[in-house]
Amino acid sequence: MKHRSDFEAIVLGVSTGGTKALRMIIPNLPSTFPLPIVIVQHIHPHSDSYFVEDFRQCSNLIVEQAEEKVEILPGHVYIAPSNYHLLLECERTLSLSVDKPVNFARPSIDVLFDTAAEVFREKLVGIILTGAGKDGSAGVRKIKKNGGFVIVQNPDSAQVETMPRAAMNAIDVDLVIPLEEMVPTLLRLTGML
Amino acid sequence: MKTTENENIEIEMLLEAIYRKYGYDFRSYSRASIKRRILHRLAISRLKSISELQHRVLYHIESFEKLLMDFSINVTEMFRDPEFYKTLVKEVIPVLQTFPYIKIWHAGCSTGEEVYSMAIILKEEGLYDRSQIYATDFNEDVLRQARQGIFPLERIKDYTYNYQRSGGKESFANYYTAKYDSAIVDQSLKKNIVFAGHNLATDGVFGEMNMIVCRNVLIYFKKNLQNHVLGLFKASLRHHGFLCLGTKESLMFTEHENDFEPVAGKVKIYRKKIKTPENEASI
Repeated sequence: MKHRSDFEAIVLGVSTGGTKALRMIIPNLPSTFPLPIVIVQHIHPHSDSYFVEDFRQCSNLIVEQAEEKVEILPGHVYIAPSNYHLLLECERTLSLSVDKPVNFARPSIDVLFDTAAEVFREKLVGIILTGAGKDGSAGVRKIKKNGGFVIVQNPDSAQVETMPRAAMNAIDVDLVIPLEEMVPTLLRLTGML
Repeated sequence: MKTTENENIEIEMLLEAIYRKYGYDFRSYSRASIKRRILHRLAISRLKSISELQHRVLYHIESFEKLLMDFSINVTEMFRDPEFYKTLVKEVIPVLQTFPYIKIWHAGCSTGEEVYSMAIILKEEGLYDRSQIYATDFNEDVLRQARQGIFPLERIKDYTYNYQRSGGKESFANYYTAKYDSAIVDQSLKKNIVFAGHNLATDGVFGEMNMIVCRNVLIYFKKNLQNHVLGLFKASLRHHGFLCLGTKESLMFTEHENDFEPVAGKVKIYRKKIKTPENEASI
């Protein structure tokens, strides 16, 4: 398995059942976790940032809503705001757009993964968790094409299996694991375990 | 690695070619978004490389026009972010009431949905008859659509929901006529709106405004272009004029952070400060 110095960022996409799934990952990572994590969760266009607040309070990492022009840093978790796409720029900064929904979603996982794969190439880890629909499957294909590493939540352990399944159908994913193994795996991947 | 590197060079050259040939300046647009649009255009036009696309764009104006349409931000909705309109009515309208004549510049108006939303607000607040809205965009196609004021009927449900959450006082159905698949905006909303071509990257000041609305446009610009455009807005506003940005846009960390003060920080409504170093002499 690849380790520590190989990776520089994590992108994560999740839809239905996301809050529950993320609660098993984000609060269980240590404050010293060495990679920035950028998250797209499908949420209703009118919902506010209550869910960011929620995570901020129970995490060791600094959880924030993604803002444009912000450089992504280790120890931080950035969550896409509702009704905007989240993109990564080559300066390793975030940007937002109000372009049309992709796969009926805004924010769209594909948009984040596609642009992040351009920037981080083989130094990127992409994770797909529970969800309906197929958003993220074009994104993981791009990550693989650029040499990155893709982890998918085991569909059997997912609240909704469609999205992980779609990712697995799109490419040969590197790891398929249940939710409980996400944290230890991420710690191993980054040389912390 | 090579592909990305070469593609990035090709993109820079394509944008440079467009600027020199047609005068449209996308060189300081956020690159990730532009790149996605270019690669999408490439995929559907079955060209092999961005360099080939550049050749097409230089020699065939139709190819340029397609790309121009791709580059323009033409996704919008009526009463987008209801909280913004609600706050506008509460915090800004009472100040505008005190002026005999109100000039509003809506920059980057796209197909006009938000311009008509503003017209509705002004009408309900009894200000429309003494207001003039200048609505601008660089894209003539979207301006043509904006002037028509015809929107897909299927969007009306969302717009009505937004309107109600914005604190609208009437029935939203009063503002449009449904015909086949379309909703045609009420003619009376059009009379004080002028739709005109203006490019924020290359055109100049639009003077003496009481309010400038430019929402979800700056997010597409790199820092240098954001600074340029904010400078343009500052110069186009009267003292204490209002500046309304998109909910996720901010003056923080820009060169003009200190030229404006927040009126409603959460929805990004600002006011030009009376005393900025340059205008102090002219007061």
